[in-house]
Amino acid sequence: MVVNTRVLEWAETDLGVAGEVREVVRAPAAVLSTLGETVDPTSPDVVRLAADLVATMRVSPGCVGLAAPQVGVGAKVFCVDVSEHPKTRGHHGTFVLCNAEVVSGSRNEKAREGCMSVPDFTGDVKRPSRIVVRGWLPGTGEEVELEAEAFEARALQHEIDHCDGLLFLDRAAGAHAVYARKTYL
Amino acid sequence: MSDVTLHAITVLGHDRPGIIAETTDKLAGLGLNLEDSTMTLLRGHFAMMLVCEGAAPDAEIEQALAPLTADGSLTVTVREVPTEHVEAGDGTAWVLSVHGADRPGIVSAVAAVVAGAGGNITDLTTRLAGDLYLLVAEVDLPAGADVAAVEGELTRVAADLGVGVSLHPADADEL
Repeated sequence: MVVNTRVLEWAETDLGVAGEVREVVRAPAAVLSTLGETVDPTSPDVVRLAADLVATMRVSPGCVGLAAPQVGVGAKVFCVDVSEHPKTRGHHGTFVLCNAEVVSGSRNEKAREGCMSVPDFTGDVKRPSRIVVRGWLPGTGEEVELEAEAFEARALQHEIDHCDGLLFLDRAAGAHAVYARKTYL
Repeated sequence: MSDVTLHAITVLGHDRPGIIAETTDKLAGLGLNLEDSTMTLLRGHFAMMLVCEGAAPDAEIEQALAPLTADGSLTVTVREVPTEHVEAGDGTAWVLSVHGADRPGIVSAVAAVVAGAGGNITDLTTRLAGDLYLLVAEVDLPAGADVAAVEGELTRVAADLGVGVSLHPADADEL
């Protein structure tokens, strides 16, 4: 995997605004099942939203990513930071992407996912473990393309799904692939 | 006449440690072989459904399991069932997910769409957690089914119910 150094170097301080912690909404909130709107990554509202997403992720135990619909905003913006997670291999640290999409993917793997917006369930989901993602950095609006693998690839697809109005429940591997959560982070 | 005798057995009721151990011990004592089974908790109630094979008559099985029902906390049914021949279909396998705010009629409305397309639900689980209702079903659609039309109808029905629906292929990775 080739790390995109521009994305790796990016930090939320680049946004120039202090993020505020927002309340995380839970299913069945309609915004979680609504296709997010494409945004202008340079708009001040999007920059503030990006900072808020990172701030909210930081204070949420075990959280490795958060998408705008999860704070009640139907927009294609999300943050990710898997750097501290034990399942992580290569990673790009903390970053926010706008209007991101998966360009290509390969090597499907099944793993159990949880979500702050679906606190009572976990579920087995099969996703490509190597992907290429294209998106735009908030603030500067630079277009970036990055390769991601393993846990970072899974986190990115989970967040991009949120921006498309999809939950991991929509990708459950089968009728017995959703489980009641027994431990909470 | 088939030389294989199958019995469908259900055990339902108040959960406690030991139900599975006691039930299966009685069945083993009668020389019955557990074949397919599902055992789970439904909103805290224990639920066991199984099909077992063996020559013991239903009445004898009921008698053996009678101690389970003695305190009234469990209900047991035993019924001989014929051997079913499951034909390998030439249709396609799908996983259907529905989630949204709980309300009556979600399962019936979604199942009606599947049935209307000639589809067969082969497994279905629903869960309620707080206000979130979740249905995940495995669906076989007949060969030549218009999947896009089924998806469209599911989306229309789901919108009426205020829930989200998705249908994706249940593809197995052959190793």
